[in-house]
Amino acid sequence: MEVEQIEIRDHIRRFAPFDGLPEDTLNWLAQQVEVAYYRAGSTILTYGQPLSDLYFIRSGAVEVYRRNGELYNRLSEGDLFGQLGLMMNKKTRYPANALEDTLIYLIPDAVFQELWEAGEHFADFFDIEDQGRLRAAVSRQEKSNPLMTSRVRKLITRTPVTAVSSTSIQDAAKVMTDEGVSALVLTHPGARIDQDWKPGDNPMVAGIITDRDLRTRALATGLAYDTPVSEIMSTDLVYIQSDKYVFEAMLTMLRHNVHHLPVLHRHKPVGVVALSDIVKYESQSSLYLVSNIHHQVDVRGLKRLSKDTAATFVRMVNEDANSHMIGSAMAGIGRAITQRLLELAEEKLGPPPVPYCFMAMGSMARDEQLIVTDQDNALVLDDSFIPEQHDDYFKALATFVSDGLDQCGYTYCTGDIMATNEQWRQPLHVWKAYFTDWIENPNAKSLLNSAIFFDLDGVAGETQFAETLKDLIAEKAKNTPKFLAYLAHAALNRKPPLGFFRDFVMENDGKHNNSINLKRRGTAPLSDLIRVHALACGSRAQNTFNRINAIAETQLLADGVANNLRDALELLSITRIRHQALDIEAGRDPDNNIEPENMTRFERRNLKEAFQVISSAQKFLRYRYHASGGGSIN
Amino acid sequence: MNQRTAMVEQPATPDWPARMQILAETAQSPALRDYYEHGAPSGDTPMSEVPMVALDFETTGLDADTHSIVSIGLVPFTSERIRCREARHWVVRPVLPLHRESVTYHGITHSEIREAPDLREVLDDLLASLAGRIVVVHFRNIERSFLDRALRWRLEEGIEFPVIDTMELEARWHRQKKPGLWDRLRGRKPASIRLADSRTRYGLPYYAPHHALTDALATAELLQAQLQHHFSPNTPLRDLWH
Repeated sequence: MEVEQIEIRDHIRRFAPFDGLPEDTLNWLAQQVEVAYYRAGSTILTYGQPLSDLYFIRSGAVEVYRRNGELYNRLSEGDLFGQLGLMMNKKTRYPANALEDTLIYLIPDAVFQELWEAGEHFADFFDIEDQGRLRAAVSRQEKSNPLMTSRVRKLITRTPVTAVSSTSIQDAAKVMTDEGVSALVLTHPGARIDQDWKPGDNPMVAGIITDRDLRTRALATGLAYDTPVSEIMSTDLVYIQSDKYVFEAMLTMLRHNVHHLPVLHRHKPVGVVALSDIVKYESQSSLYLVSNIHHQVDVRGLKRLSKDTAATFVRMVNEDANSHMIGSAMAGIGRAITQRLLELAEEKLGPPPVPYCFMAMGSMARDEQLIVTDQDNALVLDDSFIPEQHDDYFKALATFVSDGLDQCGYTYCTGDIMATNEQWRQPLHVWKAYFTDWIENPNAKSLLNSAIFFDLDGVAGETQFAETLKDLIAEKAKNTPKFLAYLAHAALNRKPPLGFFRDFVMENDGKHNNSINLKRRGTAPLSDLIRVHALACGSRAQNTFNRINAIAETQLLADGVANNLRDALELLSITRIRHQALDIEAGRDPDNNIEPENMTRFERRNLKEAFQVISSAQKFLRYRYHASGGGSIN
Repeated sequence: MNQRTAMVEQPATPDWPARMQILAETAQSPALRDYYEHGAPSGDTPMSEVPMVALDFETTGLDADTHSIVSIGLVPFTSERIRCREARHWVVRPVLPLHRESVTYHGITHSEIREAPDLREVLDDLLASLAGRIVVVHFRNIERSFLDRALRWRLEEGIEFPVIDTMELEARWHRQKKPGLWDRLRGRKPASIRLADSRTRYGLPYYAPHHALTDALATAELLQAQLQHHFSPNTPLRDLWH
């Protein structure tokens, strides 16, 4: 006889993974359920107790412990427990007590197994080891933005117009006019671009010229028409491979402020992508904003554009861009503003007395900048720098840029990590000594303050100074276990919460909070621990996703861990980003605090999963680098 | 305190195993005889070992002499587990016309009623489900009297059975004394011992009322909660039954 346990069925179906079950299955499930009541304070499961059911909390609250008695989780209505024991050896792994009077719906093991076999959605839900849920959440989002799903080769409408680099500028201009293109790809004499490039062959592409190059480098300077085009072409070639995604082309243009990007298939040019090709994908591209920044003639103009920065940010969020795109676009905008401020400063102060490199630290260096951000920067000066003669200039330069950045919304750094601080305005050899000292003589306190310098990038000027420092760090850090141990120790300073309990953030000590700082408790500890691994691997990458990729190429992490870290970072970052976008749209000041009561169950579960990834990764970090204690260093 | 209350009620409660043995010898209907032959656990049985069945009727009214059973829900359970797999639910055709109000009340339509069997056709199944178990109800006057009348009407003999009444248990703790003058002056009402209100006191969730099977489940859960809050696993059955 069919008996539909309507109350049970209608309740269970409100919660994942049951929400995806067909009606018949739900009816059948509801009939198989057993019910048990547990008074507050009573024991539900003890460690090692034989387990024959999956526990679904109908009402009340349950505390789940680790074997050592440490609180593992606090669960409430709609949550499940016992699944791990059922999947392993039918014995309880995590003991559970009723925190409040609790009513449990017990789903017999046989039913659990059958649902598992039958439904992918159901099985995925329990796929704890695989973090399948996190992957699903992240990949669902990635599928929705065409910039992230389209390859660069789709943008190519014609084969590239090329000429040999020995061609005269007049002939080059003729070819461009005849073909109706604004950029010309130049090949090395003797390269056969009608053939595929093979390893061992010489590079095919020598450079590129654009309409603008002809105007500024040939006409304006009065070059003879028969000058070989190789004399005016850009040789420091910025290009993209044809199998990359459109958003990567966009980021490349942003970073280098170029409007034409040769597309290569291996070494062979297969087309040119122009700014206008990419802008078609976006209503109000960040690329426009960047070129607009470069046209501003004073700080006032730059300040006016900072409103557009927020608008660009919100638009990218609404168009489902991923965190890497948004972080890079925001960093690209910040970089462009800094570059323009430096140009304006040089206009005002005159040319620099010695070469310099303006460096960004922290999120801008990592290409992970968001909307709420302060400025972290420094000046690396040429070793010919003589303080008495030159420092007035650089102090004035740093002050001009720092004030300008503050005007544009990049507030002064509270830790005084700015080029205006004499300590961080030093010649290259002093910087080398700084890093050498930090790495060779580490201590907990100095690393807390200097960790930020291990994310660095040259923004303007002699950017090879920054590259030199990156090389030094990459070389020294991996060979200095003591440094890695201290850095790991510092990375364990901020811990993720356990997860959520009802409308609260569940802390490791069992306390509850109303909100959670997703930067301090999520993205920051994650990028901290990834930095340690990246330095241990000798990677020069700065961006956290790139660092994960570099780590994944080594044997440092167990299989699948890199993917989990990547997914956790994306989820935490994009949640933080979306939250800020909502704040901006609502006219509030964006911040990093999010309140569980404003999240869906789905979001909470995914976040919780991401916190668990951080937590396990921190445990591994402590073990791997012998980070002393692992508790707070303060 | 519970003990004392129970002892006050004690004289009215028969020695059920003995009583059922006698009834088994005198019952005419084979189904009824079979039911009695399953007997009942003795009054000494600890509550943790008593097999029980929560039972609920939806009826056309409150008077067993003029109203009829419309639906029956039951679910077997113990102090530890309620077994939904063995739950049963029947809609039966009432002898008397269905009142318009009670239709909406129970959510049972006239066409369902027209196609429903007479209680006689489900009686064997019903008695088999109850056999050997202590019936648990919320407000025993309904289930006891309606089942007795329904059997008299059809088999020309009634039925007697032991009952644990969750409402009576609530009354023990919440209706011990009449509200004093002070309480009345302050407008304080005595605690409600209705099923839904009683459940709230134990942190049990809200279930939509007036479906016989849901109410039976709700009653079983309530007894589990009462046992944990007010009794020990060793409390003898005789402290609870009637």
